[in-house]
Amino acid sequence: MIDFKFFRNVILKALLLFILLNAVLLALPTESNARQLSLYNHLAPGRERFPFGETPQQAYNFSLYNLEAMFASHELSAKKHDSNVRRIYVLGDSSVWGTLLRTEETLAGQLNALDLRCGQDQLQFFNLGYPTISLTKDLMLLQRALETEPAADAVLWLTTLEAFPLDKQLASPLVANNLQQIKSLKTQYNLPLDLPVGNDSLWQRSLWGRRRVIADWIRLQLYAIPYAATGIDQIYPDFTPAAWDLEADESFYQFNPPEMARDRLFYQALPAARDMLASVPLLVINEPIMISGGANSDVRYNFFYPRWAYDQYRRDLEDVTAEHDIALVDAWDWVDARQFTNSAIHLTPEGEQLFAERLSTEVRKMLCDP
Amino acid sequence: MALSELLILIVITLSLRFGLGLRPRARGLILMLASILAIFWLQPTTPVRFLDFWLPVATLFITIGSWLLTAEPDQKRSHANLVTLALVTVTVLLIALTRYLGLADLLGGIRPPQFGQVVIGTAILLAFSWLVARLSSSKKFWLIGGIIFLLVLFVILKTPIMALAGSIVLRGLVGQSLASASPLDIRWLGFSYVAFRLIHTLRDRMSGRMPQVSLQDYLTYVIFYPAFSAGPIDRLPRFIKDLQQPLILFSPQLGDAFYRLAVGIFKKFALADSLALLALNSQNAAQLESIGFSWLMVYAYAFLIYFDFSGYTDIAIGLGQLLGITLPENFNRPYLKTNLTQFWNNWHITLTQWFRAYFFNPFTRSLRSKYRALSVGWIVLITQLSTMVLIGLWHGVSWNFVLWGLWHGLGLFINNRFSDWVKPRLSSLKMQPRTQRGLDVLNTVLTFHFVALGWIWFALPSVPLSLGVFARLFGLAG
Repeated sequence: MIDFKFFRNVILKALLLFILLNAVLLALPTESNARQLSLYNHLAPGRERFPFGETPQQAYNFSLYNLEAMFASHELSAKKHDSNVRRIYVLGDSSVWGTLLRTEETLAGQLNALDLRCGQDQLQFFNLGYPTISLTKDLMLLQRALETEPAADAVLWLTTLEAFPLDKQLASPLVANNLQQIKSLKTQYNLPLDLPVGNDSLWQRSLWGRRRVIADWIRLQLYAIPYAATGIDQIYPDFTPAAWDLEADESFYQFNPPEMARDRLFYQALPAARDMLASVPLLVINEPIMISGGANSDVRYNFFYPRWAYDQYRRDLEDVTAEHDIALVDAWDWVDARQFTNSAIHLTPEGEQLFAERLSTEVRKMLCDP
Repeated sequence: MALSELLILIVITLSLRFGLGLRPRARGLILMLASILAIFWLQPTTPVRFLDFWLPVATLFITIGSWLLTAEPDQKRSHANLVTLALVTVTVLLIALTRYLGLADLLGGIRPPQFGQVVIGTAILLAFSWLVARLSSSKKFWLIGGIIFLLVLFVILKTPIMALAGSIVLRGLVGQSLASASPLDIRWLGFSYVAFRLIHTLRDRMSGRMPQVSLQDYLTYVIFYPAFSAGPIDRLPRFIKDLQQPLILFSPQLGDAFYRLAVGIFKKFALADSLALLALNSQNAAQLESIGFSWLMVYAYAFLIYFDFSGYTDIAIGLGQLLGITLPENFNRPYLKTNLTQFWNNWHITLTQWFRAYFFNPFTRSLRSKYRALSVGWIVLITQLSTMVLIGLWHGVSWNFVLWGLWHGLGLFINNRFSDWVKPRLSSLKMQPRTQRGLDVLNTVLTFHFVALGWIWFALPSVPLSLGVFARLFGLAG
């Protein structure tokens, strides 16, 4: 005898539970400033840099786009408050995050190793670099970082010309997946960004629509254990050194000599950061680049930059920072070309150490001798 | 197996259930043909050309050979069995034809060789089967010969150096580069479990306990697809009994089947696959720094292997139930047992029962009768150690599996001797129920930790790496 009633009830109950679960998810805000649940900073130590990577099973790390989960996993979110510590956020691209570098070898790691102090106060540097080059991405991370407690005491923002073209501001997957935040930044600081229409439909907020976010969150928590057990968050494969011999190409993106149109570069990001930080000191650093001596090095500094464009950028950067009263350190030629690894902006541990030592003087000057 | 493949298999199995319900007389035939197709579909692709086609073919013909060794002469000549043999051959040839029909993707990633080669290969295998049928009898000599053949094949597959030699030979035959040969080239899906089932029938035939079954039923038993790749290891008489029962389309068994499938999918794809991200493995073992988190990773491995394996068993049982076959249970809350003997009575139950029936018990009887002066303690030590080392070696011929076997063999011996010593002393104490419960909890925790630490040998490929993890766990690493 077939008990159809039983099967009907099973299906109805399953459907009801599914609808209820989705209703709960729909009712929850998709982005919340409330601290997200995380094993990091509780059961496991917080990560010293943001989750990022393409080889999760080897590096116990992977790229995800949920800002809240990323911040909750970062040591920045640890509930520690020491009145004798000044918290300094180090913002930037992969050169700050530390591609091919262990956490202690990154710029933040090297600055911490120098044990810098202002009087009784110890300076603690937090690595907020993320390996995509976009000023918009940096602004978004900065805005979110400023919501954490205790507050920042200073911000070092490392950047380079590659981060400025307006056309590539939204190219970073982290930005493309957080358009709500970018929309708010655009409105708040009147930024010249062309945003695509966001998709915040009910479907996107349902269990199905958020399956990737939920799965990423679970994976990130699971990787807390091997990360805590091994301290590893990146693999270090053999790499091809950054190009030494260069093409005789004078173009940079859509720009050609003699001049880059300033309105196609995102200099508005600098005063926006200044406004965002209010009284918190900001030091913009034009990060070191590899200056090639190989073929066509009279035309280009390196793979990224033709000389004319980079030289103009340095002049413009100086003008803009001066105009908005932002401290600038132009460190573009501070590091010898032999101290770069797989890219014209990635330093070796030794190069990073030399850079940190020289930069520390500027940092102390800004923070300790106001 | 990926979740998508499993879901396809469930849908196909459900369709088969309804097909079988409509054609109850053809049940055996349909299950056999479905299992043949499934073993080709499930076979992983191999780096050695065409091997992924020939391995399932070899499984079929080894099974046929084994049946010929166990069958009575009149059975070998029966019309029904000859028809089954013809059907198997035609099915293999049809599968080979998928190469020309653009349907090869239907059978997973395998690529059949040219049809002419398949015809010649199949003809050679049929001629070999004919020879076995003509020359063999169910006399002990032939049955032992069959068992030895299976064991030799098994040792070749499980010993890295021999598997490498086998790969070199096979690569030479198909004209592939010998330099890229690897012990992992011969990925023969399900052979371990097929060998267990075949040895069970050959051994039972020797002792006169094996029922006479048709080739169709024998093949269906050996390659029954729900249990083909990861067990459980059913017994032939029990399987045949279920096979001969009528299948009721809508019965409580259908609900049970879905329950087991849901539980199995959750264990395997939600729990085990998640634990795999943090469990101890050959990569992270060398990177461990923190003692506490190293313990967590060892625990994660213990639960990973349980959820993975018991999840597969649940899925196999669920699929079996959809087809009207109730496969035996393989796990019964093993980590909640209070001693190692109980653990092994509830972990991979069908494997332990197999070893108990075909090795431990006969070996114990043999020692008792041949070496009467040997004390009970020595007999327990020798039989436990040898059984567990053999179970270890079944997983692979390596020092780590030997050590894992020794670890458990010694554990079982100590447990056996300690139980004998402590039982009379504890019984005189008349413990309070609460004290007894406390003692049970303590014993369960100790047993779990013994097993979990034993997994370190099992999970890692080398002795130094395993010793390094032990040193880290106990704070002895520098």
